[in-house]
Parts: sequence; structure tokens; C-alpha cells
Amino acid sequence: MIVTETNTYHDEHAKFCEGQSATAPIWLQELRERGLSQFHELGLPTTRDEEWRFTNIAPITTHPFAIADVGAFSESQIDQLVQQAELDEDFHQLVFVNGRFAKQWSRLHDLPANVIVESLAESIDHRPDTVEDRLLGNGDVELSAFVSLNTAFVDDGAYVSVPEGVSVDRPIHLIFLTVADTPSFCHPRNIVSLGKNSRATVIESYLGCEGARYFTNTVTKIEVGESAELSHHKLQHEQANALHVATTSVHQQTKSRFRSHYFSFGGDLTRNKLNCTLDGEGIECTLNGLYMPTGDQLMDCRTEIHHAKPNCNSFELYKGILDDRAKGVFNGKIHVYPDAQKTDAKQSNQTILLSDDAIIDTKPQLEIYADDVRCTHGATVGELDEQAIYYLRSRGIPADLARTMLIFAFANDVVQGVKLPAVRQHLESILLSERGLPNV
Amino acid sequence: MPTENALLKEYSEREYEHGFVTDIEADAIAPGLSEDIVRLISSKKDEPEWLLEWRLKAYRHWLTLEEPQWQNVHYPPIDYQAAVYYSAPKQKPLLNSLDEVDPALLETYEKLGIPLEEQKALAGVAVDAIFDSVSVATTYRETLEKEGVIFGPFSDAVHKYPELVKKYLGSVVPSSDNFFAALNSAVFSDGSFCYIPKGVRCPLELSTYFRINAQNTGQFERTLIIAEEGSYVSYLEGCTAPKRDENQLHAAVVELVAMKDAQIKYSTVQNWYPGDAEGKGGIYNFVTKRGVCRGENSKISWTQVETGSAITWKYPSVILQGDNSVGEFYSVAVTANRQQADTGSKMIHIGKNTKSTIISKGISAGRGQNNYRGLVKIQKGATNARNFSQCDSLLIGDRCGAHTFPYIEVRNASAKVEHEASTSKVGEDQIYYCRQRGLPTEDAVNMIVNGFCKEVYDVLPMEFALEARKLLSVSLEGSVG
Repeated sequence: MIVTETNTYHDEHAKFCEGQSATAPIWLQELRERGLSQFHELGLPTTRDEEWRFTNIAPITTHPFAIADVGAFSESQIDQLVQQAELDEDFHQLVFVNGRFAKQWSRLHDLPANVIVESLAESIDHRPDTVEDRLLGNGDVELSAFVSLNTAFVDDGAYVSVPEGVSVDRPIHLIFLTVADTPSFCHPRNIVSLGKNSRATVIESYLGCEGARYFTNTVTKIEVGESAELSHHKLQHEQANALHVATTSVHQQTKSRFRSHYFSFGGDLTRNKLNCTLDGEGIECTLNGLYMPTGDQLMDCRTEIHHAKPNCNSFELYKGILDDRAKGVFNGKIHVYPDAQKTDAKQSNQTILLSDDAIIDTKPQLEIYADDVRCTHGATVGELDEQAIYYLRSRGIPADLARTMLIFAFANDVVQGVKLPAVRQHLESILLSERGLPNV
Repeated sequence: MPTENALLKEYSEREYEHGFVTDIEADAIAPGLSEDIVRLISSKKDEPEWLLEWRLKAYRHWLTLEEPQWQNVHYPPIDYQAAVYYSAPKQKPLLNSLDEVDPALLETYEKLGIPLEEQKALAGVAVDAIFDSVSVATTYRETLEKEGVIFGPFSDAVHKYPELVKKYLGSVVPSSDNFFAALNSAVFSDGSFCYIPKGVRCPLELSTYFRINAQNTGQFERTLIIAEEGSYVSYLEGCTAPKRDENQLHAAVVELVAMKDAQIKYSTVQNWYPGDAEGKGGIYNFVTKRGVCRGENSKISWTQVETGSAITWKYPSVILQGDNSVGEFYSVAVTANRQQADTGSKMIHIGKNTKSTIISKGISAGRGQNNYRGLVKIQKGATNARNFSQCDSLLIGDRCGAHTFPYIEVRNASAKVEHEASTSKVGEDQIYYCRQRGLPTEDAVNMIVNGFCKEVYDVLPMEFALEARKLLSVSLEGSVG
């Protein structure tokens, strides 16, 4: 089964390259070829792989996907989706449709000097040397079938580069839309690079149009330079029929600060891998996440924090609310390297099950090779606190409302960690509308 | 007073104090593993046909399995054909009293500080001493017989109570369970069998001392404990082993069955040869321990103090099948020098209102690597299941490691599962506080570590609690964080 499927990707790749070969530079063609051969070498994972024990990707392996069509969609459909995704008019906004940059829906306000916010395809044309460097591998993250597959099809995505000492005040909003009539896939590749002492805020939104099943396989590489500060948000609102696999790899340098906020609502099968390497001293890394699968959704969240150097702090809070027959998977790994003394790492994963048919598999993980560290992790799974419900009911609040209030409060912990008011309001409204809390 | 570094070094490189080999003629077979060897072991033990078939089935299944690779421990490949699969102290006519026991054997026990005579005098402990693979002496059997408790070597039970053995053997750990369980099922040499009849509270703490002796002999113990309705038993297992260079494989299987309202308390102190400071030699301890709470309100409790072995690989588990049943796991695991441990517990909740507790304390020193790997699984029908897990690691020295891999799988919304883990080193402020009050650094560390492990010591039977404290104090001689 898997062999035939890697073959379909192979055929699609041939078609893809044919269409591209005239324009693509040699190094890019070679990069894609390497990606493809590595993908074949690694093969698609099965539940027998420890990393994929709880996530069966049969929907990806058993469906033949074709490369997403770039032109076949109506503008009104896109208008509608963009409207849904839009957070604030003041934000810089790049829109990608089926993996390709769509200029007519994008908008850039005045940018400080030398700040680059453009599509990867443009960057490949304009500044091939820097792009080549930044596309090239950085370690273990590359050793994944899905990253290799993305590399094999690397074509477009967002390219954000902030030079030393510059602060980009307006958030940069990247919107990825998929509109397809036939099963199709796209592989956006994003690069975010912050120079020394710079600052930026990036938001990634993923949406799709109702219709065919589609598969988004995205890779985002983030470089946070010395003393730089990046606030990263990801809002995953894929269509109910969608498959979404994302790999975000973050490389942090001395005294930098990185905050990630991940919110997962949509998709049929979604897997978000966030990999942070703390490669300098005095770094701060904060990862927050909220996953709320309902129906038959499967949401797999995994984070890895590599404490490679001494004196770094990391904080992680991931919360899950699972309803119906949904399945949640959490895997959080904290790896403290030898000599990474004075590491302080805190991790917490909390899950609420609202239904007896919901399933949670959680695995917080500590691997510690240094002694002068303080690392803790905690994981809890439970239902809503009966006592809290009783408390609210004894004050005249109906049981249903009491429950929704508690769910909202539980989720709101993570939402309140978001500093951007526009994003926070957007999330609150989703929580309220999806959980039927109009009057709270 | 030695400097902290010197103390640290001393501790990390401490020598194994129970290292010696007793020279007793052993009845061993040629090394290697094949169907013929399995048949030979079975015939040497004069086993019935069904047991031979059971062994052969396990052996054939073992051939289809691959050695597991997922655990976070590293060792050179094991050559299963180079090991000797059966070794018994030279057979003598059946013994009636201790006087007839080989004096060299008795001397070994003396060296270990567990002379049988003294044990006999120490009221309340029946010792089924296992020297290598065959039981040689059993005490207090009469007291137990009066209550109807069956306690003795597994090989005896096969002949005397074939129906019981047949019914329960492999019922908790099937011969096909995993690589090492299959290997054990094929070649197991001996072990203990214990049966507590309905309503009986076992009048004695049952205890077995395992000891690996003959050179190059893997030890494949098989323990089976059955507690019938309303009964109670506390079982103690302790081990030390002589020093030697080549690695020895130990793949034991322990099965516990608790019926309605029954309680089994299983305690282990493990202090096998851990290898020298460079990691040479030492025992490979790959054990499958599992209990099933078959009836309502039953309880199984595992307590372990693990200080020995080059590699420890074991996950005492409880299957909570009966409603309201309880599973507990208390563990202290110490890894020093180049010792590696990948250990933890599995709690499988099937029945309603089942409860489990996991308290795991890991101490890593020198270049030791300590892993906690556990599973808490709440099945769909396990309404109101509760679990609390706490895994704390203490690090002594900057070259050691402590790792935690807890798996939590929940299929029922009413379940409450809590997991906490922390890793830290012995606090300098704590040591400072103690020293200020006139305690030497060494005593301070000792005190802090003993305090760290207190929760586990508290649930050990008294004799073991003393031994464990002593064992840890010896281990911690000269250690400073």
C-alpha cells in the first residue's frame, strides 16, 4: 500500500518538475530531487513507528492526491475565505491559494527599511543565495518523510526576513487557503528569519473551502537571532475533510525570546510538530497550545524543546478539550543536553474529556543529561470538576451553562496568553460561538 | 573531611561489596539453545508432557520474535547460543534438615548476611532459598501447611499440584508476551510457587533469596503467586550476586493473580552485580512482572528497591480487571557508574472504580542513566478510574542522566489521571543547612536521599525497609551532589 502511494507522489513529482523545470534554477531542482529520494528512503510512517504510534495516517496513504491546481477556483470563494481569515486591516497580509502566492488578496503596509516580506517564489528569483542557504537542511527535522516530501515539492510560501536592530510593529499575517474540487495536496514552505536585536510578530492561518479532501503539508523554518524576539501564532481552521501535517522548526540564539501560540480547531487528521532548539545562553522559549477536536477529528500535537546550552528557560502549556469520538495526541519532549546546566523547563499538559468515546494519548517526556537543572512536567486527564459545576448550580446557573462556562474558562487560560488583541478576540469569538456561549 | 569531588568520585566508583564466587560443583549443560536443549531441561526436571509442549511452543514462538530495541539502554548484542540454560548445584539426595546442606552454600549465605539459622530464629520469615536454579532448602513449610498455604519450588509444584500450575501458568504473562518472556517460558529453570487458599491471611512474610552463582549461567526464574478470594500475602524477594566479568542475562517472569477481595504485596530488593566502574561485566536484568486483579476489591502492590544490575529493564504491571480493584507501584532505582535502568510501571484499568498509584524515585550518579517508562491506560469501560503518578529524579554528578517517558492513554471521560514528574539535583542549600548544624556532608546527602525515597521505604515490609536503607547508605558512601 505504502509503496504504491509513494509512487503516486513520485508520478506527481515528475509532473510537477516538468511544469517547473524551465524556470527553476539548477540548485533548486537538485534540492527537490534530494527531497524526493530521501522521502523514498524514509517511506511513509506507520503506527509501528514510535513517533506515529497513536496517529494512523492511513487517510493520507490510501488516498491518491494530485498536486493542487493553481487556477481552478472562483474569486468569490476566495473572497469569502479571506474575509473569514482576516484579523485586522492594520496587519501585513500575505495570502496563498493552493500553495501559491495570490497577490490580489495580499496587502503590505509600509515596511521598515530592508525588511523583506514576500513570497518564497519571488525570493528564489531575487535573492537565490540567501534563500538557498535558508532552505537547506538543519539537522534532525529533515529526517522526516513529510519534510522530505515538502522539500521535493518546494515552490512557494512566505519569506520574512528582518535585519539587525529592526522592529516590525505591525503583525505579519500569512493566510493559506486551499480550494479544490479533486483530492489535492500542497506543500507550502515558509522561512522566517530575525536578525540580532530585531522583533516581529507572525501569524499563520490555515483555511479551506468545503469540497474535496485535501492534504496540506507545510514546513516553517524560523531563525531567531541574538536578543531577537518573535511571537508566533498558528490558527488551524482547515476544512473538516482536510489532512494537515505541519512541521515548524525554530532555531534560537543567545538571549532570544520565542513565544508560540498554537490553536487547532479544524481538519480531519492534523498533526503539528514544533521543534525548538535553544542554541545559546539566556534564551526564553514559551509554547502554548489548545486543541479542541470534536466529531471524528484526530489532532496530534508534538513539541520538542532542545536545551542545548546552559541558562535557558522554557515554559510549555498545552490544553485539550475532546468531545464526541475525537482523538487527541500530545507528545511533549524536553531534552537537556550534557552541560546545559541551570536549565529551567516546565511543561504541563491538561486534557478534558467531554465524551466517553473521546480518546487521549499523552506522553510528556523528559530526557535530561545535565545535573544542575530544574525540570518538571505534569499531565492530567479528567472530566469537568463536579464540585465546580455544583458551585455554579447552587448559585442558580443551569447545569449546561455551568459546563460551558467551565470549558470556556479552561480554554481561556491559553487564549489569554496571546498578546495581540485582534487574535485574542478572534479566538474568544470562536470559543463562544462553537461552544454556544452567546451570553457569557 | 574529603573534598566534595573526592567524595563524589568515591561514590561513583564504589565497588560491589557482595562480589565473590562460591566454588560449588554445578550440574550444568552445554551452552546453546535449541529444541533439544528445551527437551533436555524438561527431562532433567522430570516434567510432564504438557509442560514440555508448553515450553516448546514458547520456544518456537521465540524464534519468530526480534529482540526489542525501543528501550533507552545500550549494550552489545547478546549471543543467545553462548549462554548456558541450565545449571543446578550438584544433585544430592533430598535434604531433611539444614545440616545436610552443602557447607559452602551455607557459607555463601553467611557472607550475604542471611544465614538460614538466623532467618529461622527471626520469627515470621520463611525462606525458600534459591541457589542458582534449584531450590535447596525450605523452612517453615509446616507452619504454612497448617494454613493450607502452598509455598515452594516451582518444580515441586508442577508434580504436586499440576492442575493449579496448568491453570495459572502463562495466564498473566502468556508465553508469547514478549521476547524475554518467551525465552523464559522455553527454558525457565525453577522459581517459586505460592498458593493462598480462600480466606487465608498468610501467617508469614514469604521470602525468597535469588542468587546467581555458576559462571556463564543465565537465570530464568518463574514465579507464580495465586491469592484466592479474601486472602492476603506479602512476598519478599531479594537478591545479590557474586562478582564476575562476563555479562549475565537474567530474564525472569513473575505472575500474580488476585481473586475477589484478595491482596498481594510483592516487594523486591535487587542488588545484583552492576559491573565495574567502566561498565564491564554486570547482570542484564530483563524481567517481566505482571499481576492481574481478577476479582472485585482486589489489590496488588509492587514495591522495589533497585540498586544493582548493569542494565535493568522491567515494568511491574497491574491489570485492574475487577471492579474497585487497586494497583500500586513504589520504586526506588539507583544507577551509578555506568549502570542503566529503563523501568517503570503499567497500570491497565479495565474495571469500574479502579485506582492506581505510581511513585517512582530515580537516583542517578556517576554516568548512570535512569529512565522511567510507564503506561497508564484507562479502557472504555473503566468508569471513575483514578490514577496518580509521581516520578521524581535526583541527579548526583554532571555526567548522569534521568529520563521520563510516561504514556497516558485514556478512553473514558470520567477518568481522572494525574502525572507529575520532576528532576533536580541534591540542593546545595539543603546540604549547606545540614552542614551548618554539624552534619558531615556525607551524612547530609544520605539524609536527603533517604528523605527523597521515604515514600517508598514506608511501604516496604520492615525487614526490607532496614535492608534497603542500609543498601542505599552503602551506595551513597561519599556521594555529594
